[in-house]
Amino acid sequence: MAGRRKRQARMVVALGAALLLAATLAWTSFTASSEAVGPSALLDMGKDGRSYQLTGKVMPGYERRGDVLHFRVRDRAGNATVPVRYTGAVPDPFREGREVIVTVRRQHGAWVGERDSLITKCPSKFSAERSEH
Amino acid sequence: MLTFGRACLLLALLLAAFGVVACARGARSRRPAWATTGRRCIYALFAVLTIVMVVVEAAFVRSDFSFRLVASHSSTTTPLFYKLTAMWSSQEGSLLLWVWLLTGWSSVAMLVSHRRAPELTSWAGAVLLTLAAFFLGLVNLLASPLQLLDPAAAEGNGLQPLLRHPAMVIHPPMLYSGYTLATIPLAFAIAALVTGRVDALWIRQTRRFALASWLALTFGILLGARWSWSELGWGGYWAWDPVENAALLPWLTGTAGLHSLMVQEKRGTLKTWNVSLALITGILAVLGTFLVRSGLLESIHAFGASTLGVPFLVFVVALFATSLALVVWRRDALQSPARLDSLVSREAVFVLNNVVLVGLALVIAWGTFFPLISEALTGRRASVGPPWFDRYTVPLAIVLVLLSGIGPLLPWRRASRGALRRVFARPLAVAALTALLLVLAGAGSPRAVALFVVAAFVAAAVGQEYWRGGRARRASTGRAWPVALGGLVSRNRRRYGGYVVHIGIAMLLVGVAASSAFKDVRDVRMRPGERATVGDYEMRYVRPTAEVERQKLSLGAVVEVRRMGELVDTLTPSRGYYPVNDARGEGTLGRWFAGEATSEVGLRADLRRDVWTAVEPDLQPFRRMIDGIDKRFPLADARMEPLFLDALAERYRVQPPPAAFRLIVAPLVVWVWLGGLVAVLGGFIAIWPARRRAPARARGARRRAARTVTMIGRA
Repeated sequence: MAGRRKRQARMVVALGAALLLAATLAWTSFTASSEAVGPSALLDMGKDGRSYQLTGKVMPGYERRGDVLHFRVRDRAGNATVPVRYTGAVPDPFREGREVIVTVRRQHGAWVGERDSLITKCPSKFSAERSEH
Repeated sequence: MLTFGRACLLLALLLAAFGVVACARGARSRRPAWATTGRRCIYALFAVLTIVMVVVEAAFVRSDFSFRLVASHSSTTTPLFYKLTAMWSSQEGSLLLWVWLLTGWSSVAMLVSHRRAPELTSWAGAVLLTLAAFFLGLVNLLASPLQLLDPAAAEGNGLQPLLRHPAMVIHPPMLYSGYTLATIPLAFAIAALVTGRVDALWIRQTRRFALASWLALTFGILLGARWSWSELGWGGYWAWDPVENAALLPWLTGTAGLHSLMVQEKRGTLKTWNVSLALITGILAVLGTFLVRSGLLESIHAFGASTLGVPFLVFVVALFATSLALVVWRRDALQSPARLDSLVSREAVFVLNNVVLVGLALVIAWGTFFPLISEALTGRRASVGPPWFDRYTVPLAIVLVLLSGIGPLLPWRRASRGALRRVFARPLAVAALTALLLVLAGAGSPRAVALFVVAAFVAAAVGQEYWRGGRARRASTGRAWPVALGGLVSRNRRRYGGYVVHIGIAMLLVGVAASSAFKDVRDVRMRPGERATVGDYEMRYVRPTAEVERQKLSLGAVVEVRRMGELVDTLTPSRGYYPVNDARGEGTLGRWFAGEATSEVGLRADLRRDVWTAVEPDLQPFRRMIDGIDKRFPLADARMEPLFLDALAERYRVQPPPAAFRLIVAPLVVWVWLGGLVAVLGGFIAIWPARRRAPARARGARRRAARTVTMIGRA
């Protein structure tokens, strides 16, 4: 009997700890996350101070002025575009028409990319897109 | 050839479907003839798919651009080595490679097991053929590598320049081997559940395949990270991207399985856990393949515009539901009578190690699938970044490394206090000394320090085990140390190979901790003659470099690296510009800057630190020259174009524009690669077949004969 009670107590402690950890995991993931949006959604509901993961395609005509890369991101299927000012590492595959993900925040009315947050589609995965065109 | 290849692909699908029926019938009716037919279907399938692979590879070698796949991933100027490997840079080719590897490993599994475990082999064959049939359905109906391009292109697009790297050539086959090898334990676990034979038989049949899967995944992940560090211009080797995580998940559960299988073999416990781990690892392997193709999650590695998401999702869900139903159905047979005797025992540490590994897998899975979870709960798709992953994975990794040191020191069942004192004293002393030295040296990051200390503990613990084993072997055989150690390892490869893996993983994580916590990064814009300081190093942009090659224009820089005023090295980072084939609309020079561009990293690596440089020249001042030439000579011929390129290169050398540099000094990065290689070496030691020992009776007879000879000699 004592052994059984001991086992049950251990089980309760283990389950309690697991629940606590799971709750912490869930809470921190919601508080630390940034919303993934396309340009049209960002233009509709983007708020100052909040960070967003902007996803879409690079428009033609991007340019680097000094350390700052200026580019526009377009909806995958749509016409809405968002101008982004970005500083940091620019992945090699970055160019017009490529899909990018960049963490942005609105500062003084302009969307500014978080340093080193710009990523482009892995080069091994362009083919399916290309064959669609 | 195209039609022949298509016929072979269709035949393969029919063979797989028939094989499933034959295997299932052989298993249900216990008729050996059906079972043999089913098994032979797997061998035949492998042979047919090998023919398809040869057809596709031959098309690449011949640059046959009537194959759409060849036209979009190769060109006449692509080097032969990359032509041969360009197949798996596409979705269609990679799926063909997947199913080819699957049938290859399945054939090996059938060959090895059909005599030892015939009752399991037929069901396992049915499961493996079902997997093969699913993938063959995809390559036949939705993503065929044998599509006709009519009219055939005059020239192909060529292989993506960033993929022209040896690591990228081996990385996909390694990962796919890891994934497909993980399906062998899954198939045998399902067979064990269906037949009710849930003892250690299925484990004995699949242990080597599980280890081979772990080895291939380890090497594949390592190659991907190495490519990212040395080829991509962002200066990192891991980004917690969903597809990267997808490869890590089966690695983690597979590692857990390799440990817990030993507990079942030794103590007969953890049956449900082991069977579940084998199933979940196999499912995660298919899930990894699915994630790349589903469009479900935003990933830099996901194929764009893929149509394979829905069939994959249905298949993964069906696989999961079947596995779960089988485990629930056999829950009584999976009950284990034995329990843990003590919490201070090797099996208890293995259980803890499993909890940590599965915990890591759960955390990473939660973070990876968080966009879907948040969308389901809040209606908004949100994702977590690297800091969130680091917050949880770093402490868990520290505990994991610590357990990998404790495990080898503890015996099975229980340990006495005296024995514990004896075995833990030295490793703990080494760990304490390391902590003291690090504190005195003023090492900053507490997490990195904790990892260094536990890694020192692991090294001391494993070293002690080798020393104890070697000493005992020397005493019994009277051989020299190297021979005694060699004998020790060859007599128990699994155990001592595993210890080498522990050392390798500890080294790897030390490298990760040091290179993340103590990395110095600077982004600067410099002109020739200007300097920048990064950490203890001073980098000077000495002069520009420009080189015109047949397929590439390289613009770069010579960078002097100095430390305390002394010249350490001279690095030559550059950026390669690859032209687009179609010059119309882009212009003679413009086409060179409208195509792909790649960073050639300037790297100095030694055991202590990596000095990493990448450069991106600002070409804005050259825009007028480029536009001017393009306007006057929109379509220059093959003789004129090199002249313009040489003129551009010369102007770059004489009037260099400013360039953006990324400069990184990161300690112990080499330890990541060395640690990975040591772990792979350990895996090879563990998987290598042990020398067959002479049967006991023969050994006894030999001993008796020797004794008789001695007695005769004395007489």
